[in-house]
Amino acid sequence: MTEPLLRTKGLNKAFGALQATDNVSLTLQPGEIHALIGPNGAGKSTLIKQIAGGLAPDTGQIFFDGQDITGLSTVARARAGLGRTFQISALAMEYTVLQNAMLGALGQAGTVWRFFRPVMQDAALRGAAQNALERVGLAGLATRRTAELSHGQRRLLEVAVALTLKPRAFLMDEPMAGLGTDGSQALTAFLDQLRTEAPILLVEHDMDAVFALADRISVLVYGRIIATGTAAEIRADAQVREAYLGQEEGA
Amino acid sequence: MSRTGLINLALFAMLPLTAGAALMLDEPFIITLATKVAILALAGVGLNIALGLGGLVSLGHAAFFGIGGYAMGILASHAQSFVPLMETPFLIEGTRSMPVIWLVAVIAGALAALAIGALSLRTTGVYFIMITLAFGQMLYYFAISWPAYGGEDGLSIYVRNGFPGLNTLDPIQFFGIAFVILALALWGAGRLAASPFGLALSAARQNEARVETVGLSPYRLRLLAFVISGAVTALAGALFADLNRFVSPTMLSWQMSGEIMIFIILGGVGRLYGPVAGAALFILLEHVLGGLSDFWHVYLGLLLLLVVLFARGGIIGALAGREVAHD
Ligand SMILES: Nc1ncnc2c1ncn2[C@@H]1O[C@H](COP(=O)(O)OP(=O)(O)O)[C@@H](O)[C@H]1O
Ligand SMILES: [Mg+2]
Repeated sequence: MTEPLLRTKGLNKAFGALQATDNVSLTLQPGEIHALIGPNGAGKSTLIKQIAGGLAPDTGQIFFDGQDITGLSTVARARAGLGRTFQISALAMEYTVLQNAMLGALGQAGTVWRFFRPVMQDAALRGAAQNALERVGLAGLATRRTAELSHGQRRLLEVAVALTLKPRAFLMDEPMAGLGTDGSQALTAFLDQLRTEAPILLVEHDMDAVFALADRISVLVYGRIIATGTAAEIRADAQVREAYLGQEEGA
Repeated sequence: MSRTGLINLALFAMLPLTAGAALMLDEPFIITLATKVAILALAGVGLNIALGLGGLVSLGHAAFFGIGGYAMGILASHAQSFVPLMETPFLIEGTRSMPVIWLVAVIAGALAALAIGALSLRTTGVYFIMITLAFGQMLYYFAISWPAYGGEDGLSIYVRNGFPGLNTLDPIQFFGIAFVILALALWGAGRLAASPFGLALSAARQNEARVETVGLSPYRLRLLAFVISGAVTALAGALFADLNRFVSPTMLSWQMSGEIMIFIILGGVGRLYGPVAGAALFILLEHVLGGLSDFWHVYLGLLLLLVVLFARGGIIGALAGREVAHD
């Protein structure tokens, strides 16, 4: 087996008495989509936060490309090549769609310490931003104020900004939420080919998308991974059916 | 041209037109008022870089204003008494040269902002407001209890400092200096807002997590904004002291910090020309209402309340309507 690009080792995180992350060890291999599923409150977003930065685990480590990044800041992890999208959109709401994408391109280019040249006239950055918007289908909304976007469109913009970073791995927290059927299908098709650029750790509630995309699926319940396997293995897993999939069908 | 553009142009032209008219009508006092507006607006342009672009609500900007003022006062007082500032390890003499004084003011303001910012910017929200206020008060009390430069009474300079080729004692010429500096600062602040740095800084105000996620450090962006902001406000302080030929701890008081912030709020937070509109209105009110009633601050407070409640974009915002800057 190839070296994993991303690996967590025995991560634990408690909020008071609540064990939100319970001894989580998982890997992300080059070229794969590893989906993370589990009921609401299972600790999926909490896990993503610990990997992307911004929330320190109580114990355990995170390795990226063989380096221990547990002690690094969010900024340093982003620079190292972790491209994250948020479950609750974190965008500059006063900015246009294009400006948000430009911000990502600027972060990637590392040319922020410039004080006189108008950034919106920077052809290279503009090209990178425009290209990312085109890939997710937002090019037509480039001049729209971000605050005016629908929730689904904001999720797509999150993905576009992550694309401008040219990351080495994607961490995506429910990118399909609010997209509707057509939108989900379009994004599913897009992520399907994106995995060849960089592997994706994908938190997603849309089971059609997960089963269509994931090379591997991990099921998180009460902070603990109860199973990891291919789509077929997960579907057949009795424990998973009882803890999660069964519930969904019953609900 | 957009409506905001027209308003900005009118605001910009208003000062030299007023000063020019006052010159024809032989009203030097009006020229001095216009000069005061230009200088106070400059202080506001400085604060607006931190407050408007960076979202940093500093209630301690009088510190930088006062540091600029004392840079002028200390250098000029040594020049006027022919006593060097220090002789060992090397000789530093006072000066009457405005450009030298400005340079010292800008550097001192930037260094003070670096120190104050480095500590304050580790906090956010109301803690940031309080800690900047506390730093400002520390400097204020230090100035009061430092007898070498006048202590509580302040420091008078008998003759306005000089600028090569100009007679700075002539009100219109000193107005010219202040106005050109304001114009340059407005131009620079406009470029800054549209620059890569400005894009990232303003994004950090809107959503900190977003900026971190693209690999940029909000702390560093804000610290640099704070330093630039402090330097510009210090330059305004040096000019203000030269306008009055006097510097005192009042320039360092929290009321002064509040006034600079009021210019911005009145004019419109984050609007390039907001401080010009705000400072002009402030000085106008001070002289119109101040002449009618000793309690003019009550009316100012009322106006501020109205602006905050009904015109969040300040005067410029109210005049320009719901126009949003794109790109
Ligand atoms: N900052 C926090 N403080 C306290 N509890 C939290 C915090 N963040 C998340 N939680 C709790 O941790 C659990 C996991 O949350 P989360 O990771 O958001 O779940 P998921 O993304 O799987 O729906 C939930 O019970 C949630 O209420
Ligand atoms: Mg979640």
